[in-house]
Amino acid sequence: MPADEMRVAHDWLDHDAGPVVRPYAMTQGRVAPTGGEFDMMAFVVATAADVQPAGRLQPEHHAIVATAREPIPVVELASSLDLSIGVVRVLLGDLRSAGLISMYEPPAAARSHDVDVLKAVVNGLRAL
Amino acid sequence: MDSVRSDRNGASSRIPVALKILIAGGFGAGKTTMVGSVSEIRPLQTEEILTGVAGADDVGGVEGKTTTTVTMDFGRITITEDLQLYLFGTPGQDRFWFLWDELSQGALGAVVLADTRRLADCFPSIDYFEQRGTPFVVAVNCFEADNRFAADAVARALDLDPGVPVVLFDAREPLGARNVLIELVEYVARRQLASAGSR
Repeated sequence: MPADEMRVAHDWLDHDAGPVVRPYAMTQGRVAPTGGEFDMMAFVVATAADVQPAGRLQPEHHAIVATAREPIPVVELASSLDLSIGVVRVLLGDLRSAGLISMYEPPAAARSHDVDVLKAVVNGLRAL
Repeated sequence: MDSVRSDRNGASSRIPVALKILIAGGFGAGKTTMVGSVSEIRPLQTEEILTGVAGADDVGGVEGKTTTTVTMDFGRITITEDLQLYLFGTPGQDRFWFLWDELSQGALGAVVLADTRRLADCFPSIDYFEQRGTPFVVAVNCFEADNRFAADAVARALDLDPGVPVVLFDAREPLGARNVLIELVEYVARRQLASAGSR
């Protein structure tokens, strides 16, 4: 989908909408990421240190890549960049399609909730 | 624990394990206070489409659909470099139930905050976690000394299943909140061991 086609005038952003740009305007109205959904706890890692100047990327895309140099969960990205989770997901879908990030789904609960992990959590909490 | 990624250059870095704990309870039960007392609290926005979410190819936009912004409390506790605990204060209002399904997906467990002056406020949370099979503890937030009830009286009043821990605490005290989390994680571990033993 060419970006230009999506940058049509949003006539629903009228005076009544107020001065605030509604979150999904940032994604040209798209509400679901391309290539499928992912968990809010999935980790995101940028695959390259730099993003080549790509015409279709928005400042928010660049901000995500810059923030995901080290593995970071989707929720943490959303909070750091002050974007809603839904918007971050759509932008991550774009970056994943462009090969600029890798996504790592959380391991199945049965694996991450094993007793050794839980003991480590308890010990860590006691040390707080 | 062993999710190691290999990138194109053959280098690898560990992907940490992030565990999710939900902090639920009625309005004013102390969710924000608890998340803030034990972790670095930050707001997290979710902007949700309330009706018929369209597919990825639909660029028709969200005009005409109802979106709602929900700001949740969100905090992180770093246990080790490879192990992080995330706390989510669940939105209390009924109309945000749809958010709970995703929040509780894969969650380690939940803390249901109870206020003895309005005990019924935590019934929906308890029902929800019982139905989902999400392990939870009930933490009675003691704002005032004269409002202290015995833990077993609360357990009876809430008709909890045997074994569900009830903890009395003060959400404003970091150690109080921490101890509730420890109680929850130990309870989850006991359940894991019990289910492993019965196999």
